[in-house]
Amino acid sequence: MPGVFLPQGNARSYGDSCMLHEGTVLSTRFMNRFIAFDGETGIIRCEAGVTLAEILSVVEPQGWFLAVTPGTKFATVGGAIANDVHGKNHHVEGTFGAHLTQFELLRTDGSVRLCSPTENAEWFAATIGGLGLTGLITWAEFKLKRVSNSAVNVENIKYQNLADFFALSQESEQDFEYTVAWVDCLASGDQLGRGHFSRANHARVTQPKPAPSQHTLTIPVDPPVSLVNSISLKAFNWLYYHRQREKRVTQTTHYDPFFYPLDHVQNWNRMYGPKGFLQYQCIVPMEHSEAAICELLRRIGRANYGSFLAVLKVFGDVPSPGLNSFPRPGTTLALDFPYKGAQTMQLFDQLDEVVVQAGGALYPAKDAHMKPQHFKRFYPNADQLESFRDPGINSSFWQRVMEPST
Amino acid sequence: MKNWIVIGATSAIAESVCRLWSTRGYNLFLVGRNADKLESVKQDYTVRGADTVFTHVLDIAQLDKHQACWEQAKAAMGRIDGIFIAHGTLPDQKRCEADFNHALTEININATSVLSFCTIAANEFETAGSGHIAVISSVAGDRGRQSNYVYGSAKGMVSLFLQGLRNRLFKRGVMVTTIKPGFVDSPMTADFEKGGPLWATPDQVAAGIVKSIDKNRGVVYLPWFWWGIMQVIKSIPEFIFKRLSL
Repeated sequence: MPGVFLPQGNARSYGDSCMLHEGTVLSTRFMNRFIAFDGETGIIRCEAGVTLAEILSVVEPQGWFLAVTPGTKFATVGGAIANDVHGKNHHVEGTFGAHLTQFELLRTDGSVRLCSPTENAEWFAATIGGLGLTGLITWAEFKLKRVSNSAVNVENIKYQNLADFFALSQESEQDFEYTVAWVDCLASGDQLGRGHFSRANHARVTQPKPAPSQHTLTIPVDPPVSLVNSISLKAFNWLYYHRQREKRVTQTTHYDPFFYPLDHVQNWNRMYGPKGFLQYQCIVPMEHSEAAICELLRRIGRANYGSFLAVLKVFGDVPSPGLNSFPRPGTTLALDFPYKGAQTMQLFDQLDEVVVQAGGALYPAKDAHMKPQHFKRFYPNADQLESFRDPGINSSFWQRVMEPST
Repeated sequence: MKNWIVIGATSAIAESVCRLWSTRGYNLFLVGRNADKLESVKQDYTVRGADTVFTHVLDIAQLDKHQACWEQAKAAMGRIDGIFIAHGTLPDQKRCEADFNHALTEININATSVLSFCTIAANEFETAGSGHIAVISSVAGDRGRQSNYVYGSAKGMVSLFLQGLRNRLFKRGVMVTTIKPGFVDSPMTADFEKGGPLWATPDQVAAGIVKSIDKNRGVVYLPWFWWGIMQVIKSIPEFIFKRLSL
């Protein structure tokens, strides 16, 4: 086949890793058939274009759940592998790739490889977190997780500052499968890093399942300017932080609002207006976490450039099976910024300094600005992935970060 | 739980319909040309909850094999509650104009083969005093237009035939549903420029089909606004219409 291609799932990555500006995108949108599901062992096999939402709709009624799920259920299985996605239970289950048993890889030369931890193991590792570059994943098989109840018992704790966050994380690691925090990134001084810490476990068998929400919200059109600006951000962050009076609130919820809060608002990205937004998601190793996160939040505050959704989570040490996976032990911070051109890029450059110095990394699935020299420090196996890359496949992201830096 | 025969079972709309029926635990007897594709959708429906899924390879143009296909479905499922006919091709209008043999082939696939299956089903259901015949026709069958009147006339024939059948079978308690989709983003329309409010996904159309069958509707436009569009198109006087390039 002539030309350059890029396999694409549901295009839910925020950057250009799922895009190819000069070439042909191979959409897996119609590759969405299930192949087999064993209700006894919880092993499911399906084509790469099946979304996590479809999987849940089939397996959840039978007492199974995704072992690892990202913050949107509209991602596809192929995309989840290509980005080796993580979830709120990284400290327990590791990444999506850690639950893969096998998949099939089709290359543009027509060759087909069955890849598993034991067969074509090097292709298996290169493809997990391989950003779709090693070939087209046609189908995959992975293990689900047996749950007593798909609903979750959530404990929401309002905390005062970053030190509290780390203390809560450590305290919760043992007893809670899911942990994550929302950060009020406009707070400063001794309140820097304050927010809400959520920790949860699946509900008990006997607990009644709350019904899913029946109505979804939609943002029907692009507003002419971003609705996310310094005024709305201040208001939102203040209100969100103070939304609960008590320090601790416990409730049982359907899995949707807990795992997929944004999926409830269709086209939520439109609230950023025609210029859209960029996400900055980094990870910093544990030993530098507190200092680095502190410095990142300070720099964001100084730039007077708040974020609507700032998410903080401590990753565990379950190894990622991918050659170039993003998750690694440490603390990850993710922030959405309305795009303001050079101003945004300047801020990102300042944040990069902190991440590089701390020996951290940025997440390709969320990236639109990573520098080539940084990428190679963040991902020391990048050259190996390049050697596994299908010569007929490339992405705008890969072209950007692999260009020889001078 | 119901037992349905699905003709053209690997077409995009039929696949979406079968997925919805699978979640209800239906038994399905799938008819299509490609054995591999049938096997692949069979696996999919089984995972999604279908009770038992049977497959039957048939080139729908072979009219003399229709009765045997029906008998096999009956033998496999015992009772047949309905037949959903979803197969079709979108002919190259220019080629049909130049070569009538090609036009005839297309008419046989899109009209004659449908009528043949409907006849078998109608007679069986009439005797049984129950059953449902649901067929995908098209808005294109509502008025002949220069850009695709071969396809349009085949679909028009299907629509009229079903109208008569509905009339004939009503008093026997047999339901006949004529489904008229507008533009659907499926492999059949791969060559079109898509986008805009008129294009629907197979899933959207399938949801409408399942609902229409549940409610025993007679004629249904999908999505609903095509009813209005076709009312306008049908009401344009011929002396004006013949000058338009629709």
